[in-house]
Amino acid sequence: MACEQWRGQLDLYADGELKSEQAQAFSEHLRGCSECAAEALERVQLKRSVQVGGKRYSPSAELRQRISKSIAAKPRRESGWLWKILVFPAMSLVILSLAVNFYIGRESARRARVYSELADLHVATLASSTPVDVLSTDRHTVKPWFQGKIPFTFNLPELQGTQFTLLGGRVTYLAQTPGAHLIYQLRKHEISVFIFQDRREETASLPSGPLHAQSFNVENWTQNGLRYFVLGDVGPEDIQALSKLLRDAG
Amino acid sequence: MRVTEQRASAEGFEELAMPLFDQLYNLARWLTQDTAEAEDLVQETYAKGLRGFSSFQLGTNFRAWMYRILRNSFLSSRTGLRTMVVLDGENDDALLPAQHVTPESLLLEQADRDTVQQLLADLPVPFREILLLCEVEEMSYQEIAETLSIPIGTVMSRLSRARKALRELLSEKLKGAPHGL
Repeated sequence: MACEQWRGQLDLYADGELKSEQAQAFSEHLRGCSECAAEALERVQLKRSVQVGGKRYSPSAELRQRISKSIAAKPRRESGWLWKILVFPAMSLVILSLAVNFYIGRESARRARVYSELADLHVATLASSTPVDVLSTDRHTVKPWFQGKIPFTFNLPELQGTQFTLLGGRVTYLAQTPGAHLIYQLRKHEISVFIFQDRREETASLPSGPLHAQSFNVENWTQNGLRYFVLGDVGPEDIQALSKLLRDAG
Repeated sequence: MRVTEQRASAEGFEELAMPLFDQLYNLARWLTQDTAEAEDLVQETYAKGLRGFSSFQLGTNFRAWMYRILRNSFLSSRTGLRTMVVLDGENDDALLPAQHVTPESLLLEQADRDTVQQLLADLPVPFREILLLCEVEEMSYQEIAETLSIPIGTVMSRLSRARKALRELLSEKLKGAPHGL
């Protein structure tokens, strides 16, 4: 084929519009024809220049936002009211129930976390070779020992005439906050009493009342801004008895 | 059900149309040569596209469809009416005779971006438009034909003329300012 004919197809070649066998034949011709090759190069350069120069303008973010908003998927006005009337309350219900479920789920998860942490503290302390840092059965020894170690003070009950014995106490932590950990004994069973300030998210709004958690019996309540937990492997009535003593003292 | 379909179609439109936003604006700005007009044109294109989306046939070329809307909107605008002159002798599908290599054309690689942009702006709008669709949007002849609603033969001849015009402008520019480039 004469160069004249090839050149008629230069644009098609440069634009990639030739069929593959034609393009291949063209390429072969270009290898042997410097004039056509120069022409082809020029076409490609021109294309490239326009491609680079043509990408010139960028829209403003404001325009994008405006248009995006104007075409955002939304119900058409003429039929929208029915849709709204039917769907909006249903959606609200779904969202509300999801929210409640989520909240309840989160609450119960948080409660479980708190109790499991307390149970861990209880077990770990009893397993320790030095379960208590202040070893005394005298509440007038134990209570002052906490002074300056925890950011609050509390009252301990007189145990004379009861089956409970105070073994001692130690500083403990729940959710990075210090508190008092007291250990009482009842017929060879140890019972932990935890006292924290009741202003932390972890313990605040925990429901008060007896509970059976991690195979321990637990009682908890709030008194004078303090959150008390009584936890042990004794029966619920013993837990209640000790709780009552503490409540009366506090 | 009607509502659901409408919603689905609005979502579908948004999903398909927003990725074209930058390119559509670029073309609109090139066509109108004015920022405010380009913004109006793009906005009008999206509004019309959304309204007409139910008539758009899925499986056909959405990009060409949107560009066609943009272009038709531009054609009916005042600037469009003024600038989109009918090109003479366009209906013969024959390609133009081959151009001869000139030393100037090989100097093209020296032409910087600003020069090319200036020359593009100087081109008649139909030439500028088809070059942008072909080079910037990298549309096939078939897509360009769909976008401009012209036969493929006309795409080829117009493209050829547009390139010739650009080369001539460039050649003049290079002759006029031999030291400037």
